[in-house]
Amino acid sequence: MAHSGISVLFEGTNFVRLLGGLWTAVWIAALSLVFGLILGTIFGLLRTMRNRLIRFILLLYLEFFRIVPTIVLLFLVYYILPRQFNINMPATWMAVLAFTLWVAAEFSDIVRGAIESVPQHQRESGLALGLTQWQLFRYVLLPQAFRLELPATINLATRVIKTTSLLMTISIMDVINVGQQIVEANNQSHPTGVFWVYGLIFILYFIVDYPLSVWAKHLTAKQKEI
Amino acid sequence: MKFNWKKIIKTAIATVSVASLVATSVVQTTTTTTANAATNSSSVQAIKKRGVLKVAVFGDLPPYGWVNKNGKRVGYDVALARRMAKDLGVKIKFVQVNANNRVDTLNSNKADIVLANFTVTSARKKVVDFAKPYMKVSVGVVSPKKKAITKVSQLKGKKVIVTKGTTAENYFTQHQKSVTLLKFDSKTQQFNALKNNRAAALADDNSYLYAWVKKNPKYTVGIKSIGPKQYISPAVKKGNKSLLKWTNQEITKLNKEDFFTKDYNKELKPYFGSEVKPSDIVITSNK
Repeated sequence: MAHSGISVLFEGTNFVRLLGGLWTAVWIAALSLVFGLILGTIFGLLRTMRNRLIRFILLLYLEFFRIVPTIVLLFLVYYILPRQFNINMPATWMAVLAFTLWVAAEFSDIVRGAIESVPQHQRESGLALGLTQWQLFRYVLLPQAFRLELPATINLATRVIKTTSLLMTISIMDVINVGQQIVEANNQSHPTGVFWVYGLIFILYFIVDYPLSVWAKHLTAKQKEI
Repeated sequence: MKFNWKKIIKTAIATVSVASLVATSVVQTTTTTTANAATNSSSVQAIKKRGVLKVAVFGDLPPYGWVNKNGKRVGYDVALARRMAKDLGVKIKFVQVNANNRVDTLNSNKADIVLANFTVTSARKKVVDFAKPYMKVSVGVVSPKKKAITKVSQLKGKKVIVTKGTTAENYFTQHQKSVTLLKFDSKTQQFNALKNNRAAALADDNSYLYAWVKKNPKYTVGIKSIGPKQYISPAVKKGNKSLLKWTNQEITKLNKEDFFTKDYNKELKPYFGSEVKPSDIVITSNK
């Protein structure tokens, strides 16, 4: 039978388990994005301030998370933190922590760039109207920066979703890990199952990431029109 | 082009500080890996109090530790794990590991005990404590029938496929230095590599290879046993005397009631067929 491998996907609860794995990956990515974007906005604002010390510390923070590969971050939070500081949380929450810090770092740079590219006269007009620093951010800079940072943010989101494939290295049952289980369990009876399982995972990631990608492209095109 | 020196210096400082941070954490981890009695979160008492035994198992290694089509964890190791939790009177929680992160999972308290086809070696004895063995294995070498490898000397200068962290990898790295190793992460990958002629042969536990050649008649286990016989044991964190003692007593008890032979017949026999006998795998001597 040439196509016997595809039946692997529909045996028992295999398909549901793969979707469950995808759900694990998606909620970890989504939660990390929510926390990371909030934290990143704050960091980004602070980085446009004049205080050199704050700017320097945040630059260190950004460079740390930009240089260290995500897989090393995951190992740090999953294996090193519990051992050194006796913090023992479930793997999924440690993953959310690592991803949040990473997203915050990347996003702070996006926010900083966007705020700095808001035309200078906007800031000056705001100050001339007597707005406080906070009001200036809230009503003048952030709304204008928001439009500028949107495509880069969506791009970051797709990267986070793709990076969830590293979660299997810290024993989280993400879609790749479940796929691996199914492949190995059926290897003897369905040697071609590996193709179908990874094929399905490819499609699942595509379904999640492609709409985001299209949206980002659409927004970029719209910006050029303006 | 103008250089922004301030920025360059800042980045350099950032890089250095990151490097030192990582370096110190690595140094620290190599020094503090023993469980002391006062804070041992994996002692028998602590497990009973918690009501859950955390066991590190494989999720992708049939027939030892894998997940069946209904999503249930099964296998020779898993059956032992479930029995141990039952005898402790606690629930079980599985932590899925791969061959590489078994030691770290113990050291970072993610699991109380490893039951993941863990072969006893002198290097591993330095970082974890092994209980009494519950299984024995030898390394075998499988090759295509047309170009059968029957002696180790035939492998000189050739490539051999192994899975990372296995006994086979260990043996070839230590004793057969003239052989080039091609390392993979899982059984599927290694067997696919052999089928694609990436190497002259593949080395793995011989019991597993017997099972595989039955389904793949173009190949043969040319070298049935190579190197010393090796043992598979439960492992606990270094210094966890309480759980080690309990595990040893448990294995002695299970041996008396022939648990492992029954476990073999249920989980391993369907894979290995009649060529392999329970006595090739199960240890019956330490009753």
